[in-house]
Amino acid sequence: MNVEFINPFLSATINVLKTMCFTEVKPGKPFLKKDQNSCGDVSGVVGITGPPNGSMSLTFSKDSIIQIVANMFGEKFQEVNDDIKDAVGELSNMISGTARNELGNKGYAFKTSIPTVVSGPAHEIRHMCKAPTIAIPFSTSAGGFVVEISFEN
Amino acid sequence: MKPEINMNMKVLVVDDFATMRKIVRNILKQIGFTNIVEAEDGANALELIKEDKIDFVVTDWNMPNMTGLELLKNIRSIEKAKDTPVLMVTAEGLANNVVDAVKAGVDNYIVKPFTADTVQAKIEQIFAKRSGKA
Repeated sequence: MNVEFINPFLSATINVLKTMCFTEVKPGKPFLKKDQNSCGDVSGVVGITGPPNGSMSLTFSKDSIIQIVANMFGEKFQEVNDDIKDAVGELSNMISGTARNELGNKGYAFKTSIPTVVSGPAHEIRHMCKAPTIAIPFSTSAGGFVVEISFEN
Repeated sequence: MKPEINMNMKVLVVDDFATMRKIVRNILKQIGFTNIVEAEDGANALELIKEDKIDFVVTDWNMPNMTGLELLKNIRSIEKAKDTPVLMVTAEGLANNVVDAVKAGVDNYIVKPFTADTVQAKIEQIFAKRSGKA
């Protein structure tokens, strides 16, 4: 996978969480992820059509997403309900769109799909291609979340 | 008649995600708008526009079945709604998309992510231009 694709998703995540959710996040060290097991409780997945084709996912721990959505709406949440799942979908939409715009400025003509949301303690994330998945962990004051990107070579 | 900004005007917010409808609704309320209705897709939005008097539309771009751009073109083809101000909210900040929206008659657009101040500024620009004050 072209490593040039990593930074736009990293900066888009920081920007969207700060602007729309009033949440400061810190990126950790990216790592190679070799299985489909999710690193959290709820995920949003967006297909990306290129070339190259690929996909992006966002996976939140229950504690992190409850705090992020609470910050966004100024309301308290107790569980991963439909409001939280909808917010994960919209966050996936915004982060992939923002990254896509930056990559567009570099000459990549990507299209992104409508996000799908998957939840549950042991859910799987199926990326669109068989290429290696790069995972970028982020931390917030309420817990962590992971952004995964996978593009064909 | 040229539309002027009025906090009692009926504003229609169109987005397939309840989250974004809620964010936009909250910002519109902060600005002072009191009469806000919502639609979760373009078809539902067109029903409301045909049945009711909608004074201002804020719509998402990337929606299933009918995109925001298609909704905009439909609005411009309805006699009673053709002059309704439309603000497009989009994750698609690419130049070609903006050109398409302008050609179809959008009044202004906002690229996600955005702040409440940006939304207010864009709305003020729309109504200043519409009323000939800009």
